[in-house]
Amino acid sequence: MERDDIIEYSLHAHHSEEDGKRIRKNIFKVTAILSIITALEVAMGIIWGKAHIDVNGAGWMSIKIAFILLTLVKAGYIIMVFMHLGDERKGLRYTILLPYAIFIIYLFFILYQESTFLQYLKDAFSWVWS
Amino acid sequence: MAGEATQVIDQKELWGGGRSPFSVSYGKMMMWFFLISDALTFGGFLTALGFQRHHLVAEWPITEEIFFHFPGTHAHLPLLYVALMTFILIVSSVTMVLAVEAGHRMDQKSVIKWMAFTVVGGAIFLGSQAWEWYTFIAGPDGLISTWGDNATLARNPYGPQLYANFFFFITGFHGSHVLSGVILNLLVLIRAYQGWYEKRGHYEMVEKVGLYWHFVDLVWVFVFTFFYLI
Repeated sequence: MERDDIIEYSLHAHHSEEDGKRIRKNIFKVTAILSIITALEVAMGIIWGKAHIDVNGAGWMSIKIAFILLTLVKAGYIIMVFMHLGDERKGLRYTILLPYAIFIIYLFFILYQESTFLQYLKDAFSWVWS
Repeated sequence: MAGEATQVIDQKELWGGGRSPFSVSYGKMMMWFFLISDALTFGGFLTALGFQRHHLVAEWPITEEIFFHFPGTHAHLPLLYVALMTFILIVSSVTMVLAVEAGHRMDQKSVIKWMAFTVVGGAIFLGSQAWEWYTFIAGPDGLISTWGDNATLARNPYGPQLYANFFFFITGFHGSHVLSGVILNLLVLIRAYQGWYEKRGHYEMVEKVGLYWHFVDLVWVFVFTFFYLI
């Protein structure tokens, strides 16, 4: 099915057997990284889980931040290597990632702000709440 | 890897019309745009979860005290089954990316093999999800026939009602994505087996359903952290 009015970008993605070996090696490396991070998260969840730790203390806060950072590392590997976004043009990469990141950071900020306010209201007006 | 996307092309030619300035096909770009909109839905779910649990922090139940069951044993194994599900989904993502790689070499046999593994991994995950729902709905006594302590959208024996609702909506919405992903993968597997893509000259369809499948895995990574771990 050859058409001369369309550029078949997918044909340019073809690679040779040697390239394939290198790419597969990279895939297995990323698999190992993802598995280790998941195992680490589960171990942390069991040892320092909410059941054994003061959820209002600074310790739990740092564990939460560690969970989020590990998750972002995992997400980065999945998007950049498995979804091949790291191999695409810079324009496409930013078209996809930037609007999403800006919107979600904004949404997170506004909801965090509002739920903190709700908490404050509940404490200040506990005599009328529920 | 991505061939033309890594080549240096003159800006004038790149943006001069008649070609994609991103060096991707229409279908692949539209799949990315769809995934952004889908990611916004899941982002909405997860930030709403964060909002509710932040101001209900005193009543919110501890996940490890609810999800400690493992099929075939009565031992107390917190989080281990969910971790296993996460691992299964990551492995099926790996077999998917191996199928994409085989497609770039026009290796029909390997594409069929890795796509088949991906479909099986997705099916195992769906089964695990069903078991997880069964155990959650059955409530603390583990019996689904006793309605008194079953978890539903109207009643939650574990804590605030919203906890059960978020569980059903987030994992349910993700599970329906896994289901449609398995169906799409199965269709592509059948077409690869029939030699459609061999005749077409490229396996871009495998790459496109692959993007969707990796997205499903990506969402689960976030659900695992924000629903189960934190």
